[in-house]
Amino acid sequence: MAVREITCSQAIAEAFAEEMERDDTVFILGEDLVSNGGIFCQFKGLPEKFPGRVIDTPISETSIVGSGVGAALTGMRPIVDMHFADFVTTAMDEIVNQMAKIRYMFGGQAKLPMVLWAPDGAGISAAAQHSQSLESWLVHTPGLKVVVPSEPADVKGLLKSAVRDDDPVIFFQHKRLFKQTGPVPEEPCLIPLGKADVKRAGTDITLITYSRMTYECLEAARKLAEQGIQAEVIDLRTLKPLDFDLIARSVKKTGHVVIVHEACLTGGFGAEIAARIGEELFEHLAAPVVRVGAKDVPVPFSPVLEQYVLPQVADILAGADRVLKRKRQLLSVPKAAQVR
Amino acid sequence: MTARGHARPALFIRREEDVEIDREKKLSLLKRMLLIRAFEEKAEALFQQKLIPGFVHLSIGQEASTTGSCAALRPDDYIISTHRGHAHILAKGADPRFMFAELFGKATGYCKGKGGSMHIADFSRGILGANGVVGGGFPIMVGAGLSIKLRRTDQVGMVFFGDGASNRGTFHEACNMAAVFKLPIIFVCENNGYASTSPAEKMVAGGSVAGRAKAYGIPGYITDGSNVLEVLEVVHEAVERARSGHGPAIVENETYRYKGHFEGDRQKYRSMDEIHMYRKNRDPIDTFERLLIEDGCLTIEAVAEIRAETAAGIEEAVQFGLDSPLPAPEDALKDLYVNP
Repeated sequence: MAVREITCSQAIAEAFAEEMERDDTVFILGEDLVSNGGIFCQFKGLPEKFPGRVIDTPISETSIVGSGVGAALTGMRPIVDMHFADFVTTAMDEIVNQMAKIRYMFGGQAKLPMVLWAPDGAGISAAAQHSQSLESWLVHTPGLKVVVPSEPADVKGLLKSAVRDDDPVIFFQHKRLFKQTGPVPEEPCLIPLGKADVKRAGTDITLITYSRMTYECLEAARKLAEQGIQAEVIDLRTLKPLDFDLIARSVKKTGHVVIVHEACLTGGFGAEIAARIGEELFEHLAAPVVRVGAKDVPVPFSPVLEQYVLPQVADILAGADRVLKRKRQLLSVPKAAQVR
Repeated sequence: MTARGHARPALFIRREEDVEIDREKKLSLLKRMLLIRAFEEKAEALFQQKLIPGFVHLSIGQEASTTGSCAALRPDDYIISTHRGHAHILAKGADPRFMFAELFGKATGYCKGKGGSMHIADFSRGILGANGVVGGGFPIMVGAGLSIKLRRTDQVGMVFFGDGASNRGTFHEACNMAAVFKLPIIFVCENNGYASTSPAEKMVAGGSVAGRAKAYGIPGYITDGSNVLEVLEVVHEAVERARSGHGPAIVENETYRYKGHFEGDRQKYRSMDEIHMYRKNRDPIDTFERLLIEDGCLTIEAVAEIRAETAAGIEEAVQFGLDSPLPAPEDALKDLYVNP
């Protein structure tokens, strides 16, 4: 299969173009999409190619998301552009009480094939209200699927699957990754929701991550390799459904786990993974699981403050060190003490 | 309470040619209102007998508003209802057997026991559901309207709401969006004078809900919501206007609920005299029956026969619900996703 290097932005535009070509019930709804192809130029070329199917709305997030619900219930396959993921707060009833619950609450009569596409994440000095990673809020709501991709090929393949899915999907696209390049097949390629991916194989420690932190974990893995430690990097890609099988296979192999996400630590998705590993894989662990996430404050503006709050490669390395050190400590305990 | 109904002129002058309402149509209006009244009175009794779990919101007294509005619709048109929604669902043609079964939490209910009184839907009849969130239906109907426009059908959507919901931001966003996109949506306000315990005159600025239509450049109508023929005529005009591509309208039916906000409401916010006044002078069913008898459309005996038939039908529906099986507890895990 022919492969070329493209950016995440190009991957997004290609995915939507292919799906809109394939299915004329697919349309895009949101603010400021037509004149520039979206505020991040993520929909470049689509308004011209599909006139009337990329729709500019008033600044009415509540009604934009609600419209997605209503259109999905009546035979369409809407893609709702959230502008910034932070603005889900202005449509929380529509997301949590309507989109997530309507199928269930009505006994499965309806289906809601819609994608809420939300650019999230920090690292561009956008400050507290334009930088959040809110995935764990939505993972905590039964009825939604949550996608958090990293590399362009995954963005494209998962986005296409999300559009074709008959359930509501929240698709978080990290803003810092719009310009990230990567190999993407020329031919249309689907990546199923709920399948994690091993981005780097290793035997000594597992770094479980998703979205932009995948790249930070890969960098950390390179540094660990210099110390002779082979880290396996798992990109979850989808948080719901979660590919726990892949996590389990890796944990059984390495016995050491660091979970890394950009969202703040407390109540983050890392806690959920750590709990499940503790419940289901305890006997395979050589040391307690360590989590690395942003510090528990809003994302600040000044680059020096922002960088301090967000997890860095050094934090991941420190996390790995804690896990591996803890193992060394446990191993150094006399046998008799261990038994006791 | 201020003078209502006829005392206030309609904000939008209706055209000369009114809808043709023949004898058959009048009979069907009466039958539907009687069905709704009988259903609600039965639901009240069953709730008091503790056969209905949770809580119920009854609309006794509002039958003309609901019946007249839905009578202007086609079977393939959409409605979205509210927490006080039994009447809307029945007026759009739903089967009382599956409704009672749902109220009882039975497996044969419209939502297999997952929705209950506040969340009944029948997608086969264009009933996109009763919504338990006050004002939750507006944005969803905007989406249905958009879907109608994109699919190029000549359906219309009708979203019911109360005076209370007219103060939700969703109402204003949806009115604006429906207006700028010229969507075929009729916003039907059933102003029963009270948002839960709060009098509309104290909570709704500007004197009326329909008056707000002016701000969006769409027609606003006020009807005597106890007069089923007037409601039908006005709503019919709004529906035909929307159906022929002229966009949305607000219809405010001034009506009155005889029962509390919910069954068991102690109703300290109004006097019993007020309720008796409405029941005695403005009852939508009694006045319409008298009119039909005076016009020679019906005899007193025929009315008695219709009432008996209606009561028998309701008894049969209740029995169906009572005889139906409960869902298996583990069915609680079904119907969340199309593709889990």
